[in-house]
Amino acid sequence: MFSDLGMNDIWILATASLVAASAALVGVFLILRKQALIGDAISHSVLLGIVLAFLLTDSRSLPVMLTGAVLIGLLTAWLSDTLHRVGKLQSDASIGIVFTLFFAVGVILVSLYAGQIDLDQECVLYGEIAFVPFDTIYIGGLEDGTDIGPRAFWGISIVFLIVLISISLGFKRLETIAFHPNLAVSLGINVVFWHYFLMTLVSITTVASFDAVGAILVVALLVIPASSAYLLAKSLKTMLWIAVAYSQAAVLIGYSLAFILDSSISASIAVSAGLLLFITIISLQIKRFYQRTQSIEAAHKAVNE
Amino acid sequence: MEAFTLLEPTSTWDTLLAFWRFEDMNVLWVLIGSILLGMSASVIGAFAFLRKRSLIGDALAHAALPGVMMAFLLFQTRDPLIMFLGAVTSSFIGFFLIDWLPKNTKIKPDAALAITLSFFFALGLMLLSFIQGMDVSNKSGLDKILFGQAAAMTQADIKLLAYVTITILITVALFFQKLRLIAFNRTYAKTIGMAVNFYELVLALLIVMSVVVGLQLVGVVLMAAVLLTPIAAARFWSNELNHILILSALLGAVSAIISTQVSYLAPAMPTGPWMVVSLSLLFILSLFFAPQKGLLKRHLEHKQLRQKVAEENILRTLYKLVERNQQDQQDFNQSDIQALRSVPTESLQKTLKTLCKKQLIESSARGFRLTKNGLELATQLTRRHRLWENYLNEQAELTPEQVHKQAERIEHILTDSQEQQLQAELTNADSDPHGNPIPRQTATSGGKR
Repeated sequence: MFSDLGMNDIWILATASLVAASAALVGVFLILRKQALIGDAISHSVLLGIVLAFLLTDSRSLPVMLTGAVLIGLLTAWLSDTLHRVGKLQSDASIGIVFTLFFAVGVILVSLYAGQIDLDQECVLYGEIAFVPFDTIYIGGLEDGTDIGPRAFWGISIVFLIVLISISLGFKRLETIAFHPNLAVSLGINVVFWHYFLMTLVSITTVASFDAVGAILVVALLVIPASSAYLLAKSLKTMLWIAVAYSQAAVLIGYSLAFILDSSISASIAVSAGLLLFITIISLQIKRFYQRTQSIEAAHKAVNE
Repeated sequence: MEAFTLLEPTSTWDTLLAFWRFEDMNVLWVLIGSILLGMSASVIGAFAFLRKRSLIGDALAHAALPGVMMAFLLFQTRDPLIMFLGAVTSSFIGFFLIDWLPKNTKIKPDAALAITLSFFFALGLMLLSFIQGMDVSNKSGLDKILFGQAAAMTQADIKLLAYVTITILITVALFFQKLRLIAFNRTYAKTIGMAVNFYELVLALLIVMSVVVGLQLVGVVLMAAVLLTPIAAARFWSNELNHILILSALLGAVSAIISTQVSYLAPAMPTGPWMVVSLSLLFILSLFFAPQKGLLKRHLEHKQLRQKVAEENILRTLYKLVERNQQDQQDFNQSDIQALRSVPTESLQKTLKTLCKKQLIESSARGFRLTKNGLELATQLTRRHRLWENYLNEQAELTPEQVHKQAERIEHILTDSQEQQLQAELTNADSDPHGNPIPRQTATSGGKR
């Protein structure tokens, strides 16, 4: 079925695989730091950041969107934390209150300015990865310039590079913070800084993925491949690699699934990521069950002898 | 569109009037339905909140989506009951998954929640996009459950909504004592032989039902807030569970009324976000202005306490000055006070002014002196301070150097009965560890403050 792959399909696949890879890398740290929910929250509130940035500056250029998303993402993280401390609410409750408000305001703005913003409720949910190839960047005027590929693709490429560079530069510290947060504090690592740094990475990944997969499905890409990797990996490095591998497999399977069923590409990718996770869990359970029966048999044998 | 508005020049105000005259009977039904939903979701959400599972509603609402789509795919009808059953089934599967994952794998509870939420939601969207590509009748409007649309509800929808919400409210009322006990002390409930698992299942079923029934009004994405925000807001008003529940039901109802109105004024507007925004506003109001536990009240109390402490410190300083000068000198100026206690001049002047106003001190030519009332209060404070020092020294075996700082804090909050208790427990109630005499209780002291 890949025999009749056109240029458009290649752009879509390339964009999707970069989205999935960046989300998987960032997601690993969310899972390790037990902050899956704040990732969920940020990916919702980023919608408000995008809409506000657009309404204020009237542009959809990457730097504007990134700034809007990072500001609102950090605001979400900070507000949830403050509400938890000052309002003495459980931390997940404060997260829930903040992000539902932000997301609600975002949706209201989208439906108020539906005519002006090139956004609607649909694309908030699914993204429009199928339309990604039609929104391209030209170098040198629109008429005589050369088409260098879809805007979403370049956006996520830049973000992917940022994520990759940040992780490789801060690897040691991120590792210490993820596995031994207390040791990190006593070593003098600025845990608060790295926390907000991680939140920044989540925000920029979400906003760059927004065109492709929408605000909510990116949660699936953040959390699910990383969780699969969490079940299998023995070290941070292998966990990162496995998460990326899972995410790429999900992209390929999901794309085929969408092709066969004629369903939304982004939703199918997220569903395949989930299916891969469940396959992993089931095979681990079977393995555990098998090992247990084996050891019981061995024990029986030992008793009989 | 232009021509259309020319034909029917209805202003916002007219629509609002029409709304409240219930010219359209359907309006009344939707209003009642949404109020019932707001109330039942807030009440049931309160129990989820108390069990520290605030975001369970979020996950369950997302998990309902594939059930709705599956039900539509299988039966090709929009019958509310079938949709409801489909949603309840898939929500329940989600509920068990959230429970099962952390118990049987390494996956942590928060990740389990996020996984379930995003996977089911993706599955729902995938099915929705699949249905939209299919050639079947009455598939339009299926996507309305994502963000909710009160105006699009039918009579049958509302009937189901009313039945389910009333069932929820009655069940909660019936099992209230038991649910409360489990919410606050699960282990105790278990030891007295309550069927905790059964009641938790009932609670789960109620949560799932209220989430599912709210989908058309609020939508999948924002249902979490309707369960969570009212209780979080109500908590600032009281410590009594009964009051909190009633209040959160009220908040839920108010936000339901607001959002239904908006949905009628602007039919294209999704209802859910408006409900969430109005709930959040109510939350913010409660957070700041709630009379008992609001931030403003807490701030004021804090400020009052600081003021009281500052005043009492000055009184005590004056007392000590009098004591040092063997009663010869009664008037002291600012620098005398500052020599004994470091206070910035500005705040000292302010405090002295308020003390004068309260007639605890009076200003004379040479400075300030304690009035009769002021002396009484200062004596009492000094007495409490020194009693406490003695107590720490005798009973807690702290050295005299260690006790002063602690006494300095506690002298402001000790009560009369505590003072008597202290005195009864002390063998030496005449002088403090530094050798200063502990003043006797004056006849009238304790009457004030």
